[in-house]
Amino acid sequence: MIDETRPHASGEQVAVPGSLRVAAEPWQRRLATGLRARLGGRRARTTLGLLLLAAPGLLYIFVFKYVTLIGIVVAFKRYRTVDGLLGSPWVGFENFRFMFGTGAIWPVIRNTVALNLLFLMASTVVSLTIAILIAEIYRQRVTRVYQTTLFFPQFISWVLVSYFVYALLSTEGGIINGLLRQFGIEPISWYTSPQYWPLILLLAALWKGAGAGSLLYLAALLGIDPQYYEAARIDGANKWQEIRYITLPLLVPVIVIQLLIAIGFIFNADFGLFYQVPRNNAALYPVTDVLDTFVFRSLTTVGNVGMAAAAGLLQATVGFALVLASNWLVRRWNPERSLF
Amino acid sequence: MIALRTVRRVTPVQLIAHTVLALLSLACLLPLWLIVSASFTDDRALARSGFRLWPQDWSLTAYQYILTDPDQLLRSYLVTSVVTVVGVTLGVLMTAGLAWPLARKDFALSRPLSFFVFFTMLFNGGLVPYYLLVTRYLQIGNSILALLVPFLVVPFYVLILRTYFAQIPQDLLDAAAIDGAGEVRMFFSIVLPISRPALATIGLLLALLYWNDWQTALYFIRDPQLYPLQYLLYAILENARVLAARPTSVSTPVSSIPLQMAMAVLATGPAALAFLFFQKHLVRGISIGAIK
Repeated sequence: MIDETRPHASGEQVAVPGSLRVAAEPWQRRLATGLRARLGGRRARTTLGLLLLAAPGLLYIFVFKYVTLIGIVVAFKRYRTVDGLLGSPWVGFENFRFMFGTGAIWPVIRNTVALNLLFLMASTVVSLTIAILIAEIYRQRVTRVYQTTLFFPQFISWVLVSYFVYALLSTEGGIINGLLRQFGIEPISWYTSPQYWPLILLLAALWKGAGAGSLLYLAALLGIDPQYYEAARIDGANKWQEIRYITLPLLVPVIVIQLLIAIGFIFNADFGLFYQVPRNNAALYPVTDVLDTFVFRSLTTVGNVGMAAAAGLLQATVGFALVLASNWLVRRWNPERSLF
Repeated sequence: MIALRTVRRVTPVQLIAHTVLALLSLACLLPLWLIVSASFTDDRALARSGFRLWPQDWSLTAYQYILTDPDQLLRSYLVTSVVTVVGVTLGVLMTAGLAWPLARKDFALSRPLSFFVFFTMLFNGGLVPYYLLVTRYLQIGNSILALLVPFLVVPFYVLILRTYFAQIPQDLLDAAAIDGAGEVRMFFSIVLPISRPALATIGLLLALLYWNDWQTALYFIRDPQLYPLQYLLYAILENARVLAARPTSVSTPVSSIPLQMAMAVLATGPAALAFLFFQKHLVRGISIGAIK
């Protein structure tokens, strides 16, 4: 079998890729077609070989993404460790009734959506601003330094972020309170004052993500035809007008797509940000508790496995609907950018 | 403003750009510097006058203390290194092995299998079913396997690699097939070698995920011997359990804060600088990721 497929391996050079591509002579073309047909005959072996390559990955996906889906039934059971997944008694929608009935879930949903929206708006503005500023001085060497520095926080884990947030906000020697004291303002006990935390979390999110977020906008910006700007300059436009009437309108498609995709994932919070930065501080839960931290705490601290699963299922289902909706919108706006 | 000297004419707009970007860069670095500064501060000075951007009283005590008994730190370095190396190697192979068939137009199962893989990006069971699977049914809860498993195949990276693989010219493969190479050999001797840049990017993205992972340990790891670096930092900060557990002399030379900060520097510094070195590849990965 193998020998049959390599009749030209000895000496003749028609089979090298270059000559196949530029094959001009009819006999060469015939030969190429013949070879392709023969390759087609090996289809079954090809399929087998490719399946073999994909097997480890497929097995992984099957076990860790599909078998886990069976676990969703926990949301409809009163889970007891001794009985396990299948042995625990069914309770219908009781876990959901409990979750909504106690009202515990509403502030959590509100925090998740509201804070994600806040982050989304702010990070779009900041990332765009960074991209526009970088583009203005793109050719200068020091710009590389700015870019590298602004991108650097991407490598830092949320654990480390919580370290310096503590150094800034601690009531025992924190930098911010030190500054406040110098201006004659009473120090603030940050870790027990929830009202400041939307802002603190926002700043932490921007610190870590804004630089990396600007990459996409910068790529789009640098792709804009310089002739637009030359024409505008001849017409006497100033910088602000260039940004307002050329840059931003041309970036609108990119911005809209990014926003739509992000809205598809608005039910998913960054666990690290919300768990590490407020240091899992109960006094701050009213504003810092989001679906992901709620699920985690229900599972571990509270030990209500059924309700944790119910909250997780709620998150997954609403998230799924949102992604489908946002994808539908993206496809209407620009089919090439849709996820599927 | 060193750069301004090298520029012939600086317009006001450029001046604004330089100022704002320099300030933002400073805002990115100062918080990290704060950790470094605190780690070099004498603990009494820190207790007296709080965190400072510049240590009031320099002291190496925190580092000396950690380095005279670095067991836990080294242990965590070992755990994180092993998990990262094994995870990245297996992860890249599995991801590429999956992405390649999905990229092949002549593969009959490419469409249904693509759906099988990418559907998981849209809907998943969430933490609780995953937790039960790992701890109860696979019984790999408090083990290094639990740390290894989460990122082996990230569907999104399969998507990135599939897009890259789809651009490999068909002729190249035909030639190899004529030479009698089977699919498996073709994959290892042609596809992987010519995709080295893309594989490097995926490898680095995976390395970043594994190296900075503390979440998996929070879910599954109880044994301090298995603490990865970032979780060790978390644990130290959380209740100082790890360090308090060891027999300390009555006159412990360091109060905890400079010690914690020195731990943070030693645990994070080297890797963060290494990632900085490979930044170019990561930037490319993240931009590809953002675009599609």
